[in-house]
Amino acid sequence: MITTDELQINIGPQHPSTHGVFRMLITVDGETVVNLEPVFGYLHRNHEQLAEVNTYLQNMPYTDRLDYFNSMANNHAYALAVEKLAGIEVPERAEYIRVLMVELTRILNHAGAVGFMINDMGAWQTPLAFGIREREKILDLFELVSGARMMCNYFRFGGVVRDLPDDFIPRLKKLMVAMPAYIDELERLLRENEILLARSEGIGILPREVAVSYGVTGPVLRGSGIAYDIRKAEPYSIYDRFDFDVPVGSVGDVYDRFLVRIEEMRQSRRILEQIIEQLPDASGGHINPKARQNVRPPVGDAYARIESPKGELGFYLVSDGSTKPYRYKVRAPSFINLTPLGDMCRGYKVADIVVILGSIDIVMGEVDR
Amino acid sequence: MASTSPPLPNARPSPRDLLREQLATVLPHALVTLPDDLPDLIRTADVVVHADALPEVVQFVIDHLGYGLLSDLAAVDYVEHGLFELVYRFYSIGGGGDLVIKVRVPRDQPDVPSLMAILPAAMLHEREAYDLFGIRFIGHPNLRRIYMWDEFEGFPMRKDFPKQGDNYIGEGA
Repeated sequence: MITTDELQINIGPQHPSTHGVFRMLITVDGETVVNLEPVFGYLHRNHEQLAEVNTYLQNMPYTDRLDYFNSMANNHAYALAVEKLAGIEVPERAEYIRVLMVELTRILNHAGAVGFMINDMGAWQTPLAFGIREREKILDLFELVSGARMMCNYFRFGGVVRDLPDDFIPRLKKLMVAMPAYIDELERLLRENEILLARSEGIGILPREVAVSYGVTGPVLRGSGIAYDIRKAEPYSIYDRFDFDVPVGSVGDVYDRFLVRIEEMRQSRRILEQIIEQLPDASGGHINPKARQNVRPPVGDAYARIESPKGELGFYLVSDGSTKPYRYKVRAPSFINLTPLGDMCRGYKVADIVVILGSIDIVMGEVDR
Repeated sequence: MASTSPPLPNARPSPRDLLREQLATVLPHALVTLPDDLPDLIRTADVVVHADALPEVVQFVIDHLGYGLLSDLAAVDYVEHGLFELVYRFYSIGGGGDLVIKVRVPRDQPDVPSLMAILPAAMLHEREAYDLFGIRFIGHPNLRRIYMWDEFEGFPMRKDFPKQGDNYIGEGA
């Protein structure tokens, strides 16, 4: 009688599919995954302790480096937490500019996530170039307002650092005209491709009850069929003024997560249209002139969260009344969404692991902090 | 004839008050009564429960109040007051604000029951708090270091961890 043994394999930490330095210790029986254990920490830099020796404002550029795809969203969550702690008001126009930036971020993140996921399936480079092409145009807009393409550092307590330049809105409008065709094109890459369908349908299923018990958020949770979007569930900033839908999946597989992201890009575009319409009537300037940047919040704690493109991004701050946070905790969506990775991969093939990981959409800067 | 007095404004209690009220009747032994003369830094309006009673309280919160989404677990080191505080933050899938449960443990014996048997969402949160603060979650099936390497000694996020120099890179590096 022939006996077979299980085999242990490392994927990563240096592997192109892990989107950074991330290791998965997998046990396989033939080609089938029996167990998967994620190993973290290769990019750990004790971000949270760095924040304790900085002043509140000095931490703003550090938040850019958490999830380098979504620096605007990170800025927003951190600014909200400090504003809650210190009781700073934000003028209406600044709120519109903030939401505008975060929704642009959502579009570029999802374009990148979908592109990289198809890349992971083996369609090397070309579909990714489709995904990244439009992202570059959005980065041009970010450069226009903040001077930086990725590390924007654009938000300040009480608003944003400077107002929109005159040619911003015309350029945004031009971009938005081309956007629907681009999103449709990206969707067709998967919808009409037999091979990509075979690689994504019924793969990496996360049932809805399991998704909740594992605490996942964002497109992963919505792909499992739960319409939980913080913009609707606990509206912050001015999200209660906009009309948009929350797309959900039905099965909770890789394919559903992909479709949710595509649809979210369309919904973000809808929000952008409403912003362009309402922005000229918004009162106030781009920043609250009374807001001090060297804040000294009263003793206490505050938690603020946003629906970042990857899920719930929250900052928990404790103030001891000084100019530096006593405790600064990041609730990173990429990190928590990895909790069910082992369960999602069990029983699938080795080649599916990279696709499932790609469908969660992680950035290691945020996972390891 | 039924009385038709209008409802009082803000008559609906906040989740926090509701939890405190219900715990007082269902699990009275779980609630910690804090003294009034606490220093400002560790004074809190949130519900503080005994570490031993945490699993019961969480089970109650999930089953009876519907807060099934464990969003965050933050450990805070109040070194001058000799305690660690764990801030568990729950949300409801139906929407709305958060429900916070706090646990305070002495710094010299930071033992807290793990929530893994109730909520697997606690898995990485608890490993992170163990790695950076040294809080021992009793019953966690895989309580190992997560960010620091396995041979690392000490818990870097504790306030009394030296800011400069260590065994690996030398003094003042």
